[in-house]
Amino acid sequence: MDFSVIFSDALRSGIGPIAAVYALAAMGLNLHFGYTGLLNFGQVGFMLVGGYGLAVTVATYDGSMWLGVLAGLACAVVLALLLGVPTLRLRADYLAITTIAAGETLRLFYRSSWAEDVTGGVFGLQRFASDFYDLSPIPPGTYGVWLVEFNARDLWVLIVGWGLVAVVGVLLALLVHSPWGRVVRSIRDDETAARSLGKNVYWYKMQSLVLGGVIGAVAGMLQAIQVQSVNPDSFDPAVTFFLYTLLVLGGAGRILGPVIGSILFWFVLTFLDSALRQAIDAGYISSDLISTSEIGAVRFALVGLALILLIVFRPQGILGSRKEMLLSER
Amino acid sequence: MSDDQAPTVRASAAAGRRLAGTAPEPGVPKPDALLVLDGVTRSFGGLVAVRVDHLEVQRGAITALIGPNGAGKTTLFNIVSGFDRADGGRWWFDGRLLTGRPAHRVARDGLVRTFQLTRVLPRLTVRENMLLAASGQRGEQLLPALLRPLWHGQEREAGHRADELLERFRLGRLRDDHAGTLSGGQRKLLELARALMARPVMVLLDEPMAGVNPALTQSLLGHITELRDEGMTVCFVEHDMDVVMGISDWVAVMADGRLVAEGPPHTIARNRAVVDAYLGKRHDEPGTIQEEP
Repeated sequence: MDFSVIFSDALRSGIGPIAAVYALAAMGLNLHFGYTGLLNFGQVGFMLVGGYGLAVTVATYDGSMWLGVLAGLACAVVLALLLGVPTLRLRADYLAITTIAAGETLRLFYRSSWAEDVTGGVFGLQRFASDFYDLSPIPPGTYGVWLVEFNARDLWVLIVGWGLVAVVGVLLALLVHSPWGRVVRSIRDDETAARSLGKNVYWYKMQSLVLGGVIGAVAGMLQAIQVQSVNPDSFDPAVTFFLYTLLVLGGAGRILGPVIGSILFWFVLTFLDSALRQAIDAGYISSDLISTSEIGAVRFALVGLALILLIVFRPQGILGSRKEMLLSER
Repeated sequence: MSDDQAPTVRASAAAGRRLAGTAPEPGVPKPDALLVLDGVTRSFGGLVAVRVDHLEVQRGAITALIGPNGAGKTTLFNIVSGFDRADGGRWWFDGRLLTGRPAHRVARDGLVRTFQLTRVLPRLTVRENMLLAASGQRGEQLLPALLRPLWHGQEREAGHRADELLERFRLGRLRDDHAGTLSGGQRKLLELARALMARPVMVLLDEPMAGVNPALTQSLLGHITELRDEGMTVCFVEHDMDVVMGISDWVAVMADGRLVAEGPPHTIARNRAVVDAYLGKRHDEPGTIQEEP
């Protein structure tokens, strides 16, 4: 077994573009769940409309990338309004039910043969990311420090991705520490009390839903650009649950929670993947027990186990405060 | 919490005088009514929870709303404050029709309530609980929130006011603690202080003394009479008759959703309808209140 390979794989994944995409999507979810108390189980739906907004504009209608970005953001706003208008006046559970259904409905809608002319149906869309890569100032080649190496394209996505994470992080930090943030946190704690103090709870929930959804859409665009294709089946409901996993892991209601969570989630996931693969190749694990094709499932089982241990021993996540968490369970 | 000087609890002479000529009968008009209810009804399924024909609440006075459990007092509070919908009727606050107005608007109009089971925001600090209640904050709008200089001054002013109120309610040393760590009595105090932070014209207090120790009750009563003397209108639901008789200028009595009696505290204790409401009516006697079927 070559531990330097395992470690390099894990590190590469932990700081790679996909970790940035998940961190970004989870930051939106953190605004919903961690700060406003909105149970959004359809964050992947926002990623989907974002990614497709960009891809459809560029690949189907020959629009520019920037127009595509605007289209993606607009789609996220519309989706948030569609979800929020009927459900935000109701109890939190209804938003959860509606969002999980909406995410899956969107995926089926975008992959339907009826929409194939626009969305490419089950084949998805490709060739819409060249504008983005043309903007890259990085000359082709591979770049690396220590154990990790990225090619020029991945490095460009990575820089833009973590740059966006930083910008969104700063904006969210400013917001949640402002009086606006105080209002949304009060809604998370007790919306009746917030209402009794003259706060328009519905309006604030809507703002939070739209804003977090837009951040999710940006993550979806970045993911589409990174893999240079959109496919409905890559916006599986499981993505939302990975987002929740890494949010809980890092600490919900903390600005850096989703960032730490995403890095660690991808590091551990890839570490397990690579370690299992090497262990099987080296004969430490009999291929009768786990074959190489089953590694994907096994690593998620192990992630699930890790999550259970986390919930038992550190339910507040890495950055969360246990004391504060217990206060909410009066 | 030590009370070295127990605040003198008494009905204000001024408020009492202004109500002096008012007849002690249900639905009687007041000389200067701030809150007026007319024909307010609310039923849950077949149960009529509230059926108040007419009720006026005097400005600048302390009005107690009493009645046995299930009389509809809290439901009436919920309706007036916009937390529940009435089936019928209209009500005005300071001359403005309030019917159907959402709760947050009612609060902004200057009619602020507290809850029977306290609702502090547990994961906000005591001070944040107070600051939240300040009205008209520019920083509560999404875009200005990003620009600290736009709201910093306003926030500092609100902070001073919050600290003053917290000192007055003896919560000053707890201001940076999470509100979820406070005791039941401290939560009552915080909720009252927080309601005042909103600069209300009138406060609706739902059992402000429930679960509060006697020493704290004295201090709360002191605060409430002070508020009235500063010109605020107070309406509160309470079960403790000593409290009711001690501080109220006017008492309204509800039973089975109806307003059955009204008057200055000393007339209420002798009122036949009130005795009936609390102890059950005597069936052999004519003229008792008809109960709901």
